[in-house]
This record gives sequence, C-alpha cells and structure tokens, in this order.
Amino acid sequence: MTVSEKDVEQLAFFSRLDLTAEDKAAYTKSLNTILDYLAMLKELDTGAVEPAAHVLPVKNVFREDSLRQGLERELALANAPEVEEGAFVVPRIV
Amino acid sequence: MRLHTLPVHRLGELMERKEFSSEELVRNYLEHISRVEDEIKALVTVTEEAALAQARAVDEKRARGEEISPLAGIPMAITDNICTEGVKTTCASRMLYNFVPPYDADAAARLKRAGAVLMGKCSMDEFSIGPAEEKSGFFSARNPFAPEAAPGGPSGGAAAVAAGEAAFTLGSDTAGSLRRPAAFCGVIGFKPTYGRVSRYGLISYASSLDQIGPFTRDMTDLALVLNIICGRDAKDSTSAAVAVPDFNKSLINDVKGLKIGLPKEYLAGAEPGVAARVREAAGKLEELGAVCEEVSMPHTAYALPAHYIISSAEASSNLARYDGVRYGLRVDAGDVLGMFSKTRSRGFGEEVKTLIMLGTYVLGAANYNDYYVKALQARTLVRQDFDRAFEKFDCLITPASPAIAHRKGKETADPLAARLSKTCSVPVNLAGVPALSLPFGMVEGLPVGLQFITRHFGEEILLRVGYTLQQNTDQTRLKPGLAC
Amino acid sequence: MSRYEAVIGLEVHVELKTETKLFCGCSTEFGQAPNTQVCPVCLGLPGSTGVLNKKVVELAARAGLALNCKIGAYTWFDRKNYYYPDLPKGFQISQVFRPIAYQGYLDIEVDGRDKRINITRAHIEEDPGKLVHSSGSIMTSSSSFVDYNRSGMPLIEIVSEPELRSGAEAKAYLEKLKAILEYTGVSDVKMEQGSLRCDANVSVRPAGTAALGTKTEIKNMNSFRAVQRAIEYEVDRQIDVLEDGDRVVQETRAWDENKGITMSMRSKENPDYRCFIEQEVSPIELSDEWIEDLRVTIPELPDARRKRLVAEHGLPAYDAGVITSSLSLAEFFDATLEKFPDAKKISNWIMGELLRLLNARGMELGESKITPAGLASLLKLIEKGSISNKIGKEVFEAMFQEGKEPAQIVKEKGLSQISDEGQLTQIIAEVIDKNPKSVADFQSGKEQAIGFLVGQVMKATRGQANPGVVNAMLREKLAE
Ligand SMILES: [Mg+2]
Ligand SMILES: [Zn+2]
Repeated sequence: MTVSEKDVEQLAFFSRLDLTAEDKAAYTKSLNTILDYLAMLKELDTGAVEPAAHVLPVKNVFREDSLRQGLERELALANAPEVEEGAFVVPRIV
Repeated sequence: MRLHTLPVHRLGELMERKEFSSEELVRNYLEHISRVEDEIKALVTVTEEAALAQARAVDEKRARGEEISPLAGIPMAITDNICTEGVKTTCASRMLYNFVPPYDADAAARLKRAGAVLMGKCSMDEFSIGPAEEKSGFFSARNPFAPEAAPGGPSGGAAAVAAGEAAFTLGSDTAGSLRRPAAFCGVIGFKPTYGRVSRYGLISYASSLDQIGPFTRDMTDLALVLNIICGRDAKDSTSAAVAVPDFNKSLINDVKGLKIGLPKEYLAGAEPGVAARVREAAGKLEELGAVCEEVSMPHTAYALPAHYIISSAEASSNLARYDGVRYGLRVDAGDVLGMFSKTRSRGFGEEVKTLIMLGTYVLGAANYNDYYVKALQARTLVRQDFDRAFEKFDCLITPASPAIAHRKGKETADPLAARLSKTCSVPVNLAGVPALSLPFGMVEGLPVGLQFITRHFGEEILLRVGYTLQQNTDQTRLKPGLAC
Repeated sequence: MSRYEAVIGLEVHVELKTETKLFCGCSTEFGQAPNTQVCPVCLGLPGSTGVLNKKVVELAARAGLALNCKIGAYTWFDRKNYYYPDLPKGFQISQVFRPIAYQGYLDIEVDGRDKRINITRAHIEEDPGKLVHSSGSIMTSSSSFVDYNRSGMPLIEIVSEPELRSGAEAKAYLEKLKAILEYTGVSDVKMEQGSLRCDANVSVRPAGTAALGTKTEIKNMNSFRAVQRAIEYEVDRQIDVLEDGDRVVQETRAWDENKGITMSMRSKENPDYRCFIEQEVSPIELSDEWIEDLRVTIPELPDARRKRLVAEHGLPAYDAGVITSSLSLAEFFDATLEKFPDAKKISNWIMGELLRLLNARGMELGESKITPAGLASLLKLIEKGSISNKIGKEVFEAMFQEGKEPAQIVKEKGLSQISDEGQLTQIIAEVIDKNPKSVADFQSGKEQAIGFLVGQVMKATRGQANPGVVNAMLREKLAE
C-alpha cells in the first residue's frame, strides 16, 4: 500500500474535496491500485533522459500590447451563482 | 431519400443541384434525431431553432449566388467540452450543468463561418475522464452497431455520425477519444498534430495532450472538415504557425512506394481478431504497392503509466477552477473553504475525483521526481520511438483499440481496466503526432478500427493512405444494423 | 550592541507599465468599476487560453538588467496551484523554476555606510483579482465581493537575499528599488494604487552566529514607512519570544497600521503549491541580440546620476541624493538647470518648497502645475531683485497650484518688490516717527535695532520692499 487513509484525507484537502469515511476507504483502495500499476515506471531506466517539458519546440509566441474588447460586465457575471453590485459574491473567507 | 446516411460532399452536391435546401436537410435530420435519439443518446442538447435559422441563412446566401464553403448548410454536432457561444456546454458534468459560454471555441467559430449548421452538443464522458453519471442528467452514448455494447469512451460524437444524427461532428482526444469511439462505431476519427487545430475554447482536461478533431463518414469529408478547422489561431499559444495544405489534394488513390511500419508491441497486445484485421489491411496496402515491415517501439508499454501520471497532474490543476465562484454548480456553505469542498465533492463524479487526487499526489513535493518527472522522461522515450520509426517509415499502422467495443457490463467501473484499453491510443497523445482511425471490417459483428500514425504535421500521408484503402476495399464503410 | 541580529529578505511585487494584461488584451487601467476589464482568459472561463504580452517580457528583462541580473536565455512559465476566491483558475501562472532574471544586486546607503544587497531573482507572474469584504475587514465579514479587473495584471516579483539587517535598511532598499524601476520605465511604482507591494521575511539569530532562525512572513504593509515599522516591531517581538525561552512560530503575520503591531494570520494550510510547467503559454527565448537591444534602452540610473550631479554641478551629496531619488525630480532639476544655471539655488527650491508642497498635499510631481521653465523664470525674477525670496515663495505656491507665469502672478497680485527710493521715503519716515525707542537704541549703538526697523518697513509694504534698499535708506536717514 502506497497511500494511507490519512494521506488520502490530505490529498482530498489539497484538492478541496470532502470525503465521507466510506469515500475515504474507497478512494484509498482505488488510488493504491493505480499507484501499484504506476510503479512499473520505476523499472524504466531514465537516468540521463531529458524530461519532455513542452510538446512541440514552440517558443516566443507573443501578442502585442494592444487593447482587445473584453466581455460586457453583464455577460461576465451571467454564469455566476451569486452576484451583487457588479461583483461575484463568496461566503466568509476566515 | 435517406439523407442522413450520405457523406458531406454528396449532400453538398445535391444542394448545389437544388435537389433540396439546407432547411429541408436540417428538418430531415431533426426528424431522424427524434426517431433514434432515445436509443442512441448521442446528443445532450439539440439546438433546433438555431439550426433552422442557420440553415435558412445559408439558403438565402445560396439563392443570392454568393460563394459558399463545401460545409455550408451541412448539419454538424459538437462535443460538449467545446465551447459554443450561447449554447450550454457542460462537459457532461454536474459541475457545469448550466454553463453557457459567452464565446465560441476557435474551431466552432471557423465551422460556423463556413456555414455548417450546429444541430446540438454531443454526449461524452465527464470531462472526458470517466463515465457520465445518469443520475446527474448526463449519459454516455450507445453504440449504433449494438445497443447492448458498452459505450466506447466519450462516444457521442462518433455515435452521432454513425447513427446519422449529424453529417460530421467535432470531438477532442486526450487519450484516444476521437480514435477509439470511431473504431467502435465504424466511423472515421482523426486526431491532428498537437497545435494543428486551436485549443481555444476546448475545455481543458490535460493541456499538453488535448487536441480537437473530427468524426466523419468518409475520407473526402475528413479533408473538407480539416480544411476549415486547421490553422494558426492568435488566441492559443500552442497553435502552430505551420502552413496548412489543401487536404483535398491529399486524397490520392495511390500508396505505391510508401513505407509503412507495423509496430509489433501494438499488435502483440491486441485481441487476435483485431490483430488479424490489421494484418489484413497491411496486406491490402502491400497489394496496392506499399511496403509494410514490422518495427519495434520498445517504450510503448511505458506510455500508459506516463500518460496516466501526466494527464492526472494536468487535470488536477485544470479542474481547480471549478470552485462555485464564477460559473457552474455552487453548494452553499458557511465559509469559502466549505463552499469550495462541498461544491467540488457534489459537482465531480467518482473517476474525476480519483484522477484529481492522483494528480495532486504525483505533483506533491514528496513525489514529484519519482512520478511526475519520471513520466516526463518516459514521454521523451516514447517520442524518440516515434522519431526513430519515422526516419524509416512514412507512417505506422496499428489497431485503434486493442479490442472491439465491450459488451455492456463487461467493461468494469474500475478506472484502471478502462485505461488499459487505451494502450494503442495514448502514445500518440504523448508524442503529439497525428493519427487516423479508419474502420476496417468487423469482428463478432462489431467494427474494427485501424490506426495510422505519422510525424508532426504529416497529416497528408494519413489522408492519402486512408483514401486509398477506402477506394480499394469495401471494408471502410460500415453500416450499423440499428434503425439508422 | 544588541545580542541579536535581524535577518530580513524582501519579496517585492511590482506591476509592469503595460496597456494590457499579461495573457489577454484587457486594460490595466486602475480604478475602474468592478469586473469591467475582464474577458474569458482573466476570468478563467472553461476553455479559455491566453497569449503572452511581448511588452511584459521586455519590461521584465529591462528591470532585470537595471538590477544587474543575469537574464535567462530560455525561460518558461509554471503553475503554482492553490485555492483562493480571487484566483480564477485555481493556479497562478508564474516562473518558479526558471526566472527571467537572477543573481543581481543593488546598492543602498544607510547612516552614511554603503551596502550591497544581492537580488536572488526577478520573475514574471500574474496578479489575482481583488477582494472587497462586506464589513471592511476579512476577519469580521460574512461575505466578500470579487472583482477580477486586476486578475492577470502583469507583475514581476523581485526577491532579495536575506541580507538586510534592519527596518531602515529595508526602507532604503525599497526606495532605491523604486527609483530604479521608475528610471527604467518598468512601472509606475505607486504603492497606494498597489503597483508596488512588499512582503518581508523576518528572523533573528544571536549576533555572530550563522544559522538562520525561524522566520515569519509579514504582509499588509502599505508604505515604505510601514515596512520599516513592521520589521522593527517584528524583530523586537521575536527577540522577546526568544528571551522568554520560547520558540518563534513559522507563520504569516499581518501588519496592523493603526495598532502598530503584527498579528498571526493563522493559516490552516501548510502550502504545497505542486508547481509544474505551464503548457498553455509559450516559453521565452531571449537572444543575446535582443538582450543587448534592451540593455541600450536603460537610461542613466540613480547612482550614476547622483554622482554626475555632484561632479558636474558641485551639488552636495545629500542634495544630489534627494533629487535623484525620483526620475521626475531629477528630470525637473536638469530641465530647470538648462534655463537657470545655478544648481544649488535650484536644489534649494526643489528640496525646500517643491517637496514641502508635494508632501503636504500627498501629490506626485506630475500632478502639480509647476514647470522647470516656470521655476527658472521665478529664480531670475528673484535674482534681478524684482521680488524678494519671501515673496518668491508665495509666487511659487501660486505657480504650483495654477501654473501661471511667475511674472504674471507678480503683476496680478501686485507683488513687485519696491526698490524705488521715492516710493519708500514716505514709509520709512513714518516708521521712524512711530518707533522712537528703536531709533534711539540704534543711535546709541545697538546695531540689532536696525533689523526691527527694516522689519517694520517690510510689514508696512506687505513684504514687497527690497530689504537691502530699505536697510541702506534707514541707515542714511538715521545718520542725519
Ligand atoms: Mg509571487
Ligand atoms: Zn482579460
């Protein structure tokens, strides 16, 4: 076993997911199944191999510093669950 | 006339000859959709009113004698992870159940400008990751060849084309979602080179692997659609500044002298019936003048774990924006932390959550080198396998999937089992190379798909090989037995 | 000598001076209505992808060069993953692994001693949005409002080595950094508009030891003065903790400007940002040629300019330091000097009247109406004796506010200096009549009594009389 229920609790917190006790056990099991499988990569000798940083060797893709019409505020807020006075509303932070 | 089985180029010709108008064509499709959709479940949204309006606009344009594109007035559908302005785009997730994008994906905008008529949005796996949950109002499509066959991944786009609900569709491919469903449903699926089609408006699953591409009925249609959707987009940094050829010119019925490699690692893992079909196709190509040879791609087995790690890492980050603040589902709670966690727990399905936590794990400071960096190194090795192969071969032929579509219930809910069926498709995403999935006969009454792979931006070769096979065998055009 | 030594490193976020944001074409203008400068990219809408603003790369590289940094030939962007309601994508695009600039330094002077502070790195990153809390404070608000106008604004984060040893050094570092960034045109560096923000990492250790103590990170400081005070408070606090035999807790603390203390922000999370390479924006390759092209755009920097003012114009080092602390002041000085070639007189007026008025009104030089040509004309009027120095200050204030020509102000307000003996004779006679005691004092040899009498004449003329002329006329009259 690679991850414990305690680890999964931490992963869930970092991922902003709430898990019930039942969930925790189930995810621990499935994550361990996957991690066991992924362990096969360990046998691959990658000593001096350069990690693939980007898919294609594309670089310096820029735009000029010129204004582009954005969204009307109404449209920007249209999908929001809660809006007040032109802003997105969230519950208490601390 | 059974219009919903004709390819795009035939429909275009008939409209040009005034056999019927685009509006009549769209009405015909809408009627057909209402007949088969209950069984096929390929479309999560049908945009009837807008489709008719668009069709009428094309008819007027045609009546005025204006120049129009070969796709003008043609019914299409777009998978529900590609943004369409003003039309709900949900990724088959409860998280985005009500999301209406204020903008079009670049590929969608190009098709609209070409006059293609949007009939609706195709069903898919949730965020392309795991089965959509019926209880959240979403579902996976059925295979028109056998409704009892389990859905072959996010297959709405493939099923819609096979079942005649759209003349062509647009989907995306991160681990094979254009190629495997195409194979299962007996249609053509095409994953272009990474960067060939703009990713602007494609809702990210794994940014370095995702690519938009079409499902079509034949190779001629494929060229027509690629001509519209390919090309540099200034809104997407990963969009390639590489000239786009006229793909119609790649429809050459000739493979003489082409060197085609058969990677033995791909064939070794395939079901015997599928492997036999691939060898048969290779034989046919040799008959037509190509040279086929076995080739070894030694790192193929590592592609799947590397892909698993990279896609989970990128997905864990890409799916972090779903927090209930700006769009989509919100589950209320007393504070922000509670709101975030409750929203995400309710909004995402089980497989999505598993993948997010896996990604969080492999990127964690303690595991980063052992997993994430290691996977990037494996990715380099997989790519080098391709580079070496393409020094010698013009393209490779493999199965699109090691197996035919599973019968319902056989493919378990185990995410690992589902992944293992992607061994033939994921190396292509890791390397960013283009690949064609082409139907080639059946096994046990279900379609088999070939996969042709070539070097970056070498799409023309794939069109040529596919077209030649299509012109010289009757194996590439399969008709579902269902009432389609 | 304290038994403890403070170890301070600063992280300064500077907003770059561009028209548009880092990855989208939305405006960077300050102070607009909430969520009116947003688009799919800076709102983090599903499916949106951004493209890097070329100007940002050039400004960041220019800042790096001005800070004596090496410039990375090949750099890229990374994602820093964390959740916060002002962070629209759930990650910040930053340069974690390969900053565009690294290994630089700047020189400061504190209490007459020069010190070099090394700069670890300067990297490009995007700003999150802005939160407004319903009750004004995050601690007591039941809800907050998110404005994404600021989301995606281009920043560079400049990280110093922990080589600062006091709040005063930190303040001197920030002043120098601000001047350099202003000189190079990289940023507006307006702390009150948030275009320059500073966090401080503070720890203490027994003097003479090498190991680092546990550090705290101080946030929420809104002026250079606040940075200095917060650091001084925090250093004292940590020393007290250690003296009591306790341990410093590694944490983030907020500076409370009103109470003058730092307070724990009690974050539950021990952050693991799970950084990895951003795939959706392009890496940057800066050729030697491009870097050289940028290097030549860097103007004379504050230190060089200060030395030049001392060497070429004989200004005292202190004056030169004040004038070159801001590019606008230094340019104002140079432009005035072209029209009125007395450097010291100009510097007196800049450091005296000009800075006094700017500070009193909390204004920037550009917001006042005073011009170099105007100041030069004013100084010429004084030199000619048309007005006194004192009246000059009154005229200056009017110029500062209204921007008119000094001669016109003098004329409109009737402030011309009275040097005409005919006009003064009558007034002097009256003053002598009204002040027999002072007259007697002077005549009996009390020299200082003349000063009082001159003052009376000045008062009677509302300061317009030429004091030299008055003095001479009085002496003449009293000697009769
Ligand atoms: Mg930062
Ligand atoms: Zn924007």
